[in-house]
Amino acid sequence: MSAMIELDIEKRLGEFHLAARLAAPESGITALFGRSGAGKTSIVNALAGLLKPDRGRIAVGGETLFDSERGIDLPPERRHLGYIFQEHRLFPHYSVKGNLLYGGKGGNGISLDTVVTLLGLEHLLSRRVAELSGGEKQRVAIGRALLASPRLLLMDEPLAALDAARKAEILPFIARLRDELRLPIVYVSHAMEDVVQLADTLALVDDGRIAAIGPVEELTSRIDLRPLTGRFEAGSVLRTVLRGQDATYGLSELAFPGGRLRVPHVDLPLGTVLRLRIHARDVVLANAPVSGLSIRNAFAGKVVEISPDRGPLVDLRIDIGTPAEPVMLWARITRRALHELKLQPGSPVHALVKTVALNRSSPVRREAETEAS
Amino acid sequence: MLTPLESEALLLSLRVGLVSVVFSLPLGLAVAWLLARREFPGKILLNGLVHLPLVLPPVVVGFTLLVLFGRNGAGGAWLYQVFGITFAFNWKGAALASAVMAFPLMVRAMRLSLENVDRRLEAAARTLGANHLKVFATITLPLMSPGILTGAILAFARSVGEFGATITFVSNIPGETRTLPLALYALTQVPGGDQAAWRLTIISVLLAMAALIASELVARRLDRRIRGAG
Repeated sequence: MSAMIELDIEKRLGEFHLAARLAAPESGITALFGRSGAGKTSIVNALAGLLKPDRGRIAVGGETLFDSERGIDLPPERRHLGYIFQEHRLFPHYSVKGNLLYGGKGGNGISLDTVVTLLGLEHLLSRRVAELSGGEKQRVAIGRALLASPRLLLMDEPLAALDAARKAEILPFIARLRDELRLPIVYVSHAMEDVVQLADTLALVDDGRIAAIGPVEELTSRIDLRPLTGRFEAGSVLRTVLRGQDATYGLSELAFPGGRLRVPHVDLPLGTVLRLRIHARDVVLANAPVSGLSIRNAFAGKVVEISPDRGPLVDLRIDIGTPAEPVMLWARITRRALHELKLQPGSPVHALVKTVALNRSSPVRREAETEAS
Repeated sequence: MLTPLESEALLLSLRVGLVSVVFSLPLGLAVAWLLARREFPGKILLNGLVHLPLVLPPVVVGFTLLVLFGRNGAGGAWLYQVFGITFAFNWKGAALASAVMAFPLMVRAMRLSLENVDRRLEAAARTLGANHLKVFATITLPLMSPGILTGAILAFARSVGEFGATITFVSNIPGETRTLPLALYALTQVPGGDQAAWRLTIISVLLAMAALIASELVARRLDRRIRGAG
């Protein structure tokens, strides 16, 4: 993994102590996920040069931006990192076009025209900032950052201030930055749904530290990280490929190593890679094959791990993949069911999936070149 | 419509007011910046010094200026030798006295508006590649423009009305240092000057009102602009 972002910094902010160490890959979206107050924004601010670490080192794309030992501290304006803030931070005394062009006219295949088309800003150019809706403002802010020709985009909860409808309006644009402009992005969020939809790499931030970093599918399936990935929202992330369409019933078949999931029709070309999120509470377990149920998505697997919870509910990690390519599924059942079914690590089990979270308005990944079969 | 004496005093007042405001603007901006944005030892002292003319009797300010910038004063002698400038008993001295007296008002207004500038916008501008200077010129200055305007108008009005420090520093010389208030004062000292004094009073009031109304109108416009609504 060639590291695009190398960061190893310490900073004391009153009672809070930030000691973050991070090496994020060259491409795709790296999500910084954690509770509010965990230090996500501080890390991004340090990257941008808006927060000076007490000591440490920051490098992006091989260039050292900060090094306390060598006395290097590039000012923000010379770091060439685009920053999209939680609040749009548009300049109220400039028009939309004035804002867009504030940092430059683009370069590297990005021009005012491409940005305007990509973000759908055609009819907004001569408007004043106060006349824009929240979603429009955030789109202009993204365009403004892009036109300054950044080598990396920093996004600090760009959707947090928006309602669900506006959020659904922005998400596809962020996905297009990833897929069409191939711009590496560091994306701060405390919403696992957004992370799963957008990110390739997940960095879990906890109490000023990077607790873990790795592929989204891997980190979300680890029991020890569950307190950080979120218990309530617990679920697994599956990487699937669209393999077939069933016209008779209006279903699509999504293949993963070891099985196929049938979901309501997905209008995408065959071969498209789709990342699904299956909530632990939507998985039902049985110790024998079941018939006479309406649930059609059933997979044979075995129990890998059982969470050490003491409460009435426990989470089980079930492998429904192949010996070569395990596929992990989370299931949440009652402790009583666990005892009555006599489940323990290694037990064969049948997992029934009630629903699959596949938001139709959300962006889906297309990466035919890394397609799994 | 105006008598020669009146128009002479009015024009002199306008000139003194304009010159004192134009020359104190950059310094006022710098001091407002220091007070609003910087922490340094002696900040309280600087703050006190700037505000001193607001609370001191004007005659004290005038006398101090006389001692410092009179022909034999340390500053006055130096300025005369190096630049050939003298403030003694001429309209430039009146402008200096007005500028010092009006300075606290100007700084206060500018400092207040600077403190209201959203620093997050400045940070955003820097991530877009703007250095300190560009940020100041394109973000900070436009966003604090209503405060600069208010400060300038207040200082202008204060300058036009300056009396005590001026008369102490540069005396009351017709055509040179006899501004509106000084002319008015002179008229009240001679028998039968009441009617002329009234006319000057009305001119003063009209001038002050015009300045305040103009400032209000321009400030509204600027405010709409920087809110992005106009």
